[in-house]
Order: sequence, then C-alpha cells, then structure tokens
Amino acid sequence: MEEEAILSYLENREEIADSGQFASERGLDHDKVVNVIKSLHGYRYIDAQDIKRETWVLTEEGHTYAVAGSPEMQLFLAIPPEGISREELQKKLDPTIFKIGSSQAAKNKWLDMGKHISRKVQHAEDRVKNVLIEIKDGKAPEAEDVKALKTRKLIAPLIWKGYSVRKGPNYAPKRKKVATDLTRENMQRGDWKDLEFKEYNFCAKGQPAEGGHLHPLLKERVRQQLKMIFLQMGFEEMPTNNFVESSFWNFDALFQPQQHPARDSHDTFFLQAPSTTKQLPEDYVERVKEIHESGGYGSRGYAYEWKRDEANKNLLRTHTTAVSSRMLYLLAQNSFLPKRYFSIDRVFRNEAVDRTHLAEFHQIEGLVCDRGLTLGDLIGVLHDFFSRLGMENLRFKPAYNPYTEPSMEIFSYHEGFKKWVEIGNSGIFRPEMLRPMGLPEDVRVIAWGLSLERPTMILYGIDNIRDLFGHKVDLGLIKRNPICRLGVK
Amino acid sequence: MPTVSVGRDRLFSVLGETYTQEEFEDLCFRFGIELDDVTTEKAIIRKEKHLEEEEVDDDEEVIYKIEVPANRYDLLCLEGLAQALRVFNKQEDVPNYSVAEISKVSMLKMHVKPETSQIRPYVVCAVLRGITFDEGSYNSFIDLQDKLHQNICRRRTLVAIGTHDLDKLEGPFTYEALPPSSINFKPLKQEKSFRADELMEFYKSDLKLKKFLHIIEKSPVFPVLYDKRRTVLSLPPIINGAHSAITLKTKNVFIECTATDLTKANIVLNTVVTTFSEYCEKKFEVEPVEVIYASGKSYICPDLSPYKMDVPLSYITDSIGVALEAKEVTNLLNRMQLSAEELVSTIGQCNITVSVPPTRSDVLHPCDVMEDVAIAYGYNNIPRRKLASLKSLPLNEFSDLIRTEIAMNGFTEVLTWILCSHKENFDMLNRKDDKSTAVIIGNPRSADFEIVRTSLMPGILKTVGHNKDHPKPIKIFEVGDITLLDDAKDVGAANRRQLAALYCGANSGFELIHCLVDRIMEVVGAPFVAVGDNLGYYIKLSEEPEFLPGRQASIIYRGKRIGTFGIVHPEVLNNFDIPDPCSFVELNIESFLEVS
Repeated sequence: MEEEAILSYLENREEIADSGQFASERGLDHDKVVNVIKSLHGYRYIDAQDIKRETWVLTEEGHTYAVAGSPEMQLFLAIPPEGISREELQKKLDPTIFKIGSSQAAKNKWLDMGKHISRKVQHAEDRVKNVLIEIKDGKAPEAEDVKALKTRKLIAPLIWKGYSVRKGPNYAPKRKKVATDLTRENMQRGDWKDLEFKEYNFCAKGQPAEGGHLHPLLKERVRQQLKMIFLQMGFEEMPTNNFVESSFWNFDALFQPQQHPARDSHDTFFLQAPSTTKQLPEDYVERVKEIHESGGYGSRGYAYEWKRDEANKNLLRTHTTAVSSRMLYLLAQNSFLPKRYFSIDRVFRNEAVDRTHLAEFHQIEGLVCDRGLTLGDLIGVLHDFFSRLGMENLRFKPAYNPYTEPSMEIFSYHEGFKKWVEIGNSGIFRPEMLRPMGLPEDVRVIAWGLSLERPTMILYGIDNIRDLFGHKVDLGLIKRNPICRLGVK
Repeated sequence: MPTVSVGRDRLFSVLGETYTQEEFEDLCFRFGIELDDVTTEKAIIRKEKHLEEEEVDDDEEVIYKIEVPANRYDLLCLEGLAQALRVFNKQEDVPNYSVAEISKVSMLKMHVKPETSQIRPYVVCAVLRGITFDEGSYNSFIDLQDKLHQNICRRRTLVAIGTHDLDKLEGPFTYEALPPSSINFKPLKQEKSFRADELMEFYKSDLKLKKFLHIIEKSPVFPVLYDKRRTVLSLPPIINGAHSAITLKTKNVFIECTATDLTKANIVLNTVVTTFSEYCEKKFEVEPVEVIYASGKSYICPDLSPYKMDVPLSYITDSIGVALEAKEVTNLLNRMQLSAEELVSTIGQCNITVSVPPTRSDVLHPCDVMEDVAIAYGYNNIPRRKLASLKSLPLNEFSDLIRTEIAMNGFTEVLTWILCSHKENFDMLNRKDDKSTAVIIGNPRSADFEIVRTSLMPGILKTVGHNKDHPKPIKIFEVGDITLLDDAKDVGAANRRQLAALYCGANSGFELIHCLVDRIMEVVGAPFVAVGDNLGYYIKLSEEPEFLPGRQASIIYRGKRIGTFGIVHPEVLNNFDIPDPCSFVELNIESFLEVS
C-alpha cells in the first residue's frame, strides 16, 4: 500500500517534500512509509534525503496535569473564599500536589501563604493545563511556555525523522522482483524480463571448486611432464618397480668400494628379511671382484679384499642407478645397440627426516649409452634437458662420485634466490663399471640424476619437503598448486 | 663430502694472494671444491654451546669451511689445499717427494709379532726429520689426523694413526698383540698409568674415545706398540702413550699407522708425510722405516714413487670432445698435480706419460687423468654437442594440460565443428556482425557452413539444445581454435586457442562458472588481484549482448581482457531452443603462454 502510494505519486510529480506530511495526509503509518522508502532507496528506485524536526511530547506527569489540571490550580480550587488553615488544606490534598501547588501558586501570587491560607485573586487561569493540551494535540507551543514546562519536566523533546523523496536512477512505477539467480521457473513463466538482480560482488572470488586434484609430484605437473621430456629426447623408460636390491647391483657393480661411507648402515636400509640375495651372475661377479681387488682394463683397482658376503646383503635401493646397472649389464649380453634410458621412481636413504630430507624420495635418472660419446655430449644433453625444465643458465662443477669420471655437479642460476643452486649430478660411467659388464671398450655411458622433489620445491616455492610428500602433506597445497609448465612456455 | 675448516687469512697468506669471497668461491668452483660456510671460531663455539648470538668482534678470525671430494685425502688440511690451489693457479710446480737415502743398517725398524694378525695385522711407519711447527701447522697436523680417521680410516676401524716425538723413543720398535691385562702405560692426557683392560673401562665414559672401543674390546689380545725400552707408543686404535706425545717443539716425528687394510694404511701414511714434509729441514723428504714381519716378509715405507700411467692423447681428447695438442694436455695435467710428458710411440700414436704422485691415490684409471684435463681446461669451456631430440608444440601441450584440469573439475569434453552458419555466430547470440571478425566461406554447400566460428559459444549451445533430455545439470567444455580476421597475417586471418565451458541446470550455475574461472586462474598460477593491478587477474562487470545484464563479467589477466563469463541471455537460450538457464565462460588461453 505504502510502496504503491509512493511510486505512483512520483510517477507524475517531482518530489515528496515531507514523508510525515505525506503519511498523515493519506492516513498511512509513518513508520511503514519510512521502511518502504529505505528499501526503494536501496534498489535506487528513489533517492531519499533525511529530514529532522524537533517536537515536544508530554511526560507522564504532564499527561496527568493535562487531565486533572496543574497542581497549583488544584490547590487554588481547594481553598474556600474565606480561606482555610494550612492543616485543613493539607488534609484535602495529595502531599505532592500540595507541595508543588503551594510553591507554584505562591510564584503566581495567587495566594497568601501562612498558617491561614487565603486567595489573593478571585480568578486564576490554568495556563499549564491549557498549553499541555495544545502540545498533546500537536500544536506548536510558544518558546516561553516550552521553557517553563521543560524546567518542570512536564514535556520532553522528540526528534522526528522523515524523508524527502525524489525519483532514483532505477525509478519505475512498479517494483521488479529481486532475484539472485535465473531459474528454470523464470524461463518457463517468462518473468525473467521483470527480474531485478541483487548486485553481484565481482571483487570477491567465487566459491571453491569441487573437483578432484592430482598430487603435484605425480600429475601431468611434474612426473608426467618429465616423462614427456624424456620421450621427446628419445629415451625409453627402465622398469624400476623393484625396491629391494642387492648390494651387488646397488654398489659393487657400480665400482663402489665396500668400505665406502654410503654403504654404512646409517646411510642405507639393509634388510632383515630377505637378508641376502639368492642369485647373482657368477662370471660377472668374478669380474667385479677382480676389478675391485686388483683392477684391470687399465685401472689399478682399489687393492682391498672384496667380500662376497657384503655384495650379497640386501637393501632398499639407494638410487635408481641400481636399475641402470642391471639394464647396462643386460645390454652387454647381446651385440651392442645404442640406448637412451630414463627412470623416475622411489629411492631410500637411512636419513633423519627434516625440512629438506626424507627417508625416501624420487630420483630422476637419464643415461645415454653409445659409441664415441664425449663430455661435450653430456654437457649438450644436460642443456637440452634442463632448458626444457625452464633452466637455461647452467654451470658445471667438478665433483666426486665413485662410478663416474668425469663427474659434474649441475648448478642452475635461480632468479628468485639470486644465486647458483645445485640441481643435479652427472658424469661419464667409469670403465671399471662398464668393462666388467662386457660392454665394448669404445662404448661410453653419459648419465645424470636429480631428485624429483628438489626442482618441484623450487618451482612451487615449498621450503618443507614434508608439506609436499608423505602423510603430513598439506592437502590445501595439493589442491592449490598450479599445473607444471616445465618446458611449456 | 668431508669439510675442512681453515683460517681464511692463513690460507690466503699461504696462497700468496688475497681473494674476495666471490673470487675465492669461483676458484673453488672451477677446481671442484666448495666454500660451504664462512664463520669464526667463536661462532662455532657459540653454536656448539647453543649460546645466543653475541656481539661479533671484527677481529675474530674468519674460518672458511671448504667441502672437498671424498676421495681427495690430500685436500683434508690447509697445507694440502693450498698446495693444490697454488699448482692449479700455476704459482708453483708439482713437488717432488722423495725418501731419504739411508742404509738399511741405520734405518729404523719395526718388528711385527705374529699375534697381531688376530686383530690388526698391518703397520706402516715413517719419520719426518727436522720439522718446525708453528701453532698453525701444529693444529693442522692434529686436524689432518682427525679428518683422516673420520674418512678413509672409517672411524679408525681400517687405519689408526699414531704420531710420536722420536727423540723420546728408541728403536727398534715392536708391534705386538697382547692380553689386555699385561699392557700397562700412561695414556695421553692422563696423569697415571692404566692397565689396558682398566683403561677400556675408564674410556667408556669418554665422549670422544668411547666410540672406538668396540674395534678391539672383544678381542683376547690388544694391539700395542713398544720401543726398545718397552715404552708404550700407542694402544691402537684407541690412544697414544703420554711419554712420546708430540708438542710444538718436537723436531723429529715418528708416524705409525696400524691397519686392517694395507692399501689404505699406505695412503694415510703417504698423505700425512707428503703434506707435512714441506715443514722439514729437507723439504719434501721423508725418512723411511723398515717393517719386518715374523714370517720374514719385510718392506720399506713409505713408498713415495710415482705411479706411471700411459694414456693415449686420443683417449683424452675423444672423451672430452675437445681437440687438444699434447703440449696443452701436459700443461693442463701439471696444473692438477700430475706431471706428464708426451711420448710418441713407434707406430706414431701419441701417448701422455703421467706420473701420479703419492698424494693422488684417487687416480686409478686413465679416465681419472682425462677428468683432470677436463677440469683444468674448464668444464664450462667445453663446447656442447646436441643429441637428436624433439620438442612438442607448447600451445598444444599446454592445451592438453588445461583440458585435464577442466575435466578434473567435473566437466565433460565436447568437440564441435569449426564451421557454422552466420546466424548462429551472430544473430542468435544477439551479436551484430560488424564485418571485422569472421572469415566468410565463399561457396558454402549449406547454411551450416557459412563462416568460421569466432567463438566456441554456438557449438556449445547447439550441443545443449540437442541434449535437452540429458539429465541436468549438464557441465561441458571445449578447448579449440576459432579464426579471426587479422591484417598482420599474410593470409589476413589467424587462429586463436579458446577455452569454453558451460553449466546448464535448474538454475543458471553462474557461481559455479565463476569458481571454474578462479580454478583456471589458479592452475595457471595467476593470483587474484585488485581491479587495475596488472600482475594477476580480476573480474569486471561487462555488457555483452549474449549475456544477461548484471550477471556477466570480463576476465582481465595482466591488464588484458582475455574472456567473459555470465548467465546466457534467455533470448539467446531461446534461439538455441534451450529451456533451462545456462552460464557460460569463454577465454583465450594463449596469453597464459606468454613469458612474464
């Protein structure tokens, strides 16, 4: 009713100057009118300006006097023309009325006050009562009266709020329906034309998506992407689904001496069950023993007593190079064919777990086996590989590794850290490793390895490896991390 | 990898050159060692005691912690490191180590008793005559033994080193293995004598020594060395005797290495004597000792003769992939402490004869020589050779990555036609054709193939219109090309790779499409930023005719508008005969491939 009144009134007119007046003229409740004005203003049908007025209302005491007359008049009327004793008069009146009445009547000089009270004037006018009635009826009192009544706390100020109203930018003679979404019903009823949409907040993100998420290390993100890179570079994948390995394939075949620190129990997980390997290729074992103990193929060997028991000890492979050694041995058993191999799989180290170390991680390994390979080929293949990972700027540092010579640590310049960061290891496999396998003398194998975690951590700015891998993982991180664009740029 | 701590100033003074930290790091990098940490003595102590960082005095001596390769025992102390770097820098030639010539009669003797074979069968010895220690070299001498014990000696199990003031002893010496109860001596740093079995008990509470006790503890006999007067030199591998302890003033040092591995014992002895022979009166000369076993077998040690290796020049150059002359190769090898000479064989093959000094036990095979040539030449100077390999198209690879992501968000892929009718591409989408976008077919067979689509929207909407009976909601997407007129191209038109997705259901799914937009941006790594910020993406109300007013927005990525999403206008839905509300997003994904 109120909304219709306002909107239709404005259809042909400029403004509603005073909502209070508007309401009383139409017999509407002003409070209801105000609520409608606020709502229409919110949807910008109208523009509303505040207006304020100060008015007066009677206090409870004021109300009583408006009916019964002021206390001074009540007192005046209680005095007979001959006067009356103070005691008598007190008996006739309420003590409050007597108290206020006598003081006000005295002020008005209506009475002679003493033990005997008598009228000074014959007639008195009850102005207080009259003004109170006028205020009650909504008439504006004179300032003098207001002051007097306010002092006697018979009236109190009241702030009246209302509005002046004009058309707003969205003005329409009839309000449209407010909707949050377009529904099938709107489409069917065809009332979508009348829909008014609640304003949508584009400055906030939408709700979270409810899709599934793959692990950042495995999804197309990193592992899959690396696999693609290797395949494009002509590498074939090695079967690495064997965590249990013998010391022989993990160490001895790689010309890693039996007293090498990596073979200590505090670096490697040895096994209680199955504790030893059952079978090794005996003639090859013999050649490996020979090369460790007394050398051969131009090497002086390590000159120590090589123990079969050490080689037989089972362990959890400490590197996927154990698989590489098996693959190269197999390759040597037939007439030689050049090969490029890669693998990305789990390896194990008996290490204390901290922010940067885990007892297990993923190793990426690539190797090229061919005649006439040089250190220049290794450097070239590393540049090709790492540039596909987005690392263009490489530097190589001489290093030591028992089964590669030359050995090179690979460093990449990290723009974020503003320094050179070690990203992997590489080298040419030693003849002491390859020749006992039966590979021809002119066949060389260039290889490199890195962990899957390290570049991923650098890529995603993760500083605690446990956030990425293992059961203490941050699920939010798995969901949040962007797709790996290794080589895609 | 072992780490060696050396005083920076002392190192620079021995190197005869002062480096900035950066210069020194670079030198290390090229040589194959690494400056791991820069600290001070006091900082190390504070760290050990877990004390708070105090005010750092400027006058605290700076310590360089240098990581060296695990097989380079000669680099385990300042003297060895400095010498290797001086030679590498061509400031010095490879030293020539020699064994003093003395007659067998006057040579010191070490007699080995057969019982030692039960516990620790080998011993090698040598003497450094006329040595002059200062505080620095003395500490270095002690540190080197410690480093060797930790590394090649495998915490004294394989080899244990004892060094003695020879002037307090008298040869010949004996190396014996005796029951613990019959050994009695005053050990280093103790005031009284102990019986060996009591000593073992005593050391169980010694933090430093208790870890070595297991090596001999269970044996019925303990190895022990005596001099002529039955003075105990040492109880290897646990402790030396106090009597022959060396001091700063010691002039003649007797060194014994007892071992279970003779090769490593020789390496250890050679490392100690070669490194510290530079402080001897006769520089680089070491006095030999004869070791005589009960079996009558004997040897004179140390053996400092170089190991000769003939390496074909072609092997070196072919392996590295750089053509080098023999002279260049020998020069490079000299810098790596390997003296080398060119040797032309009768059949004209050029060989390099390499003399591997006793300090370089790591050189086993010509491949080690080849590596040293490569290091001296500089790994980073070797030209790269590229193996044949392929690369896929980044745009397609990226499209595949993003397709997987959208599918993982529950959207089903559709593959729609490139060609469509003019009406579908414009009028039915409430769009006007201003003739500036679409490629027009000149000879269409039917109205279905009038133009090349300028948006994925018509194909997607046609798919929904034809699947009215499919259970709702329908969530579909497509990644594919559109073609736009482009004056910059020779043919006047170019493809654009677009991604579009649509939701259709009982309500519009506008918020769902909004969250898909967020997800796409998340997977490409674009942060949500404030309007106007060009480092990520933001969303801005748009006014496109194909969408419902107020429920549509542009996607701004790095300041560029790349797409729009919104509730599809009901008139458009009606045009495609779709009775249910739909929300749709389409954006160009090529911007994501641009390098930031």
